[in-house]
Amino acid sequence: MTPRQIIGKIGLWFSVFVIVSPAILFFLWMASLSLKFEIDNAAYPPVFIPEHVAWKNYADVLASNRFLTYFINSLVVTGSATLLALLVGVPAGYGIARMAAHKSAIVILIARITPGLSYLIPLFLMFQWLGLLGTLVPQIIIHLVVTVPIVIWIMIGYFETTPLELEEAALIDGATRWQVFRHVALPIAKPGIAVAFILAVIFSWNNFVFGIVLAGRETRTLPVAVYNMISFDQLSWGPLAAAALIVTFPVLLLTVFAQRQIVAGLTAGAVKGG
Amino acid sequence: MRPPSYWPFVVPALVVVLAIIIFPWVFTIWMSLNEWKVGSSTTFVGFSNYLRLTKDPRFIEAIGHTLVYTALSVLLPLVLGTFAAVVFHQKFPGRGFLRGVFIMPMMATPVAIALVWTMMFHPQLGVLNYLLSLVGIPAQLWVFHPATVIPSLVLVETWQWTPLVMLIVLGGLAAIPSEPYESAQIDGASIWQVFRFITLPLIMPFLFIAGMIRMIDAVKSFDIIFAITQGGPGSASETINIYLYSVAFSYYDLGYGSAIAVVFFLLIVLLAAVMLYARQRMLWTEIASGT
Repeated sequence: MTPRQIIGKIGLWFSVFVIVSPAILFFLWMASLSLKFEIDNAAYPPVFIPEHVAWKNYADVLASNRFLTYFINSLVVTGSATLLALLVGVPAGYGIARMAAHKSAIVILIARITPGLSYLIPLFLMFQWLGLLGTLVPQIIIHLVVTVPIVIWIMIGYFETTPLELEEAALIDGATRWQVFRHVALPIAKPGIAVAFILAVIFSWNNFVFGIVLAGRETRTLPVAVYNMISFDQLSWGPLAAAALIVTFPVLLLTVFAQRQIVAGLTAGAVKGG
Repeated sequence: MRPPSYWPFVVPALVVVLAIIIFPWVFTIWMSLNEWKVGSSTTFVGFSNYLRLTKDPRFIEAIGHTLVYTALSVLLPLVLGTFAAVVFHQKFPGRGFLRGVFIMPMMATPVAIALVWTMMFHPQLGVLNYLLSLVGIPAQLWVFHPATVIPSLVLVETWQWTPLVMLIVLGGLAAIPSEPYESAQIDGASIWQVFRFITLPLIMPFLFIAGMIRMIDAVKSFDIIFAITQGGPGSASETINIYLYSVAFSYYDLGYGSAIAVVFFLLIVLLAAVMLYARQRMLWTEIASGT
């Protein structure tokens, strides 16, 4: 190695360190907060690695019976909104791609630009008139605002890249359009569906603004529940950080294990957006 | 062989989109023309909600906050994200894993990370002031002072969304052919020259897309601001979106809130149009000057 190459190597690793450390340090600090007793969390200078580990913070959060309710709420809302979005969005993406109806994508663009709160005002009234407030139905429906555009957008892009020859051959053999979709197009599209599924799950799980307006005491999802913990105990950082970490942990896990799909989905949407 | 027989595939989604995207928009526009408060009768008032907006100091102030917040939240991630993309474009061991770690902030639940940032911003016990003290910088009030609240929130937003810019630019870098780099190396160009005159022009379209997406998201930013400051202290970090929330769901003034929603949407479209126009102008000058 020449001196120039060595300097280059050092520069590269230094850059990598600078770029990645804010993310690493943040999540380590989050974990540290969640594993400390209040004495350590209120200490100055801050304690980074505590002498006594407060597993109790996690036990307390998980043991409260409300937490289980909120966790189930989150599962039901995200699960339903994602499955419904796949049910209508995958065929729609197929249809739009095959008809080359690119103009219809403008609706999805409008959905992307519109602030979430704008949907809440009219839909809030509708839910009130229909007497649905107090159930999980309003949240499931409004989460479709997030999940349906994601699924359609990704599936249009994916079906545009899958080969037409097989589908045409099947049509000539007398298959109906539905059979072609079901037995030829759909199996090939599995990786695309996986990408759409993962992104829809993450953005629905993370959603906060819809729940803060529509959820009552019994119908909170996890992000809303964690937010509401602040006002109750302002200074108990340990349990608060533990709850925050529990809420976001499934997403972080997905990010690490499905990184390839997430990157493909996010950049496909972005690059096609131009 | 392409009769309208693909329509049945699209119809269910069309119904859903009509119900949850188109209908709310039409209804919002109608509501914005009415005096519409929860619990009292509604009356048609024409454009008076819009006139009220022009005289509402809190709304005008919120526009200013939104523009400052957005400008910073576009520029900082663009610069840092480009740098990060150039680094992640190199080959080094552990790159895949580290890239996964790097994109965690953008996928993590915003409310959860906002909570931890709130603790880190704490003036007495927060870890940020401790870190500053290590390098001899006096303690800051961060989100607890009107002058520093927006920059502090931008810090969070930048930390969160730089990865998205990185991913988009990284996609652009992957598409660049290697020939220009080889000839630059033969000519003995410096790293900065290579970046400035080869890489940057070639990734411009990607930077533009990243900037556009960043703008749309930053203007609408809600979770982070709401969870950390709720627009405070006072109204120092109250953006249009936060004000919209207060009007519609704290005061339940739905007619006025709808007017804000409509103007807000038009503002986003306007900003996007300005960016598109600026991009076109840049392309024309580039063509005209022959670079």
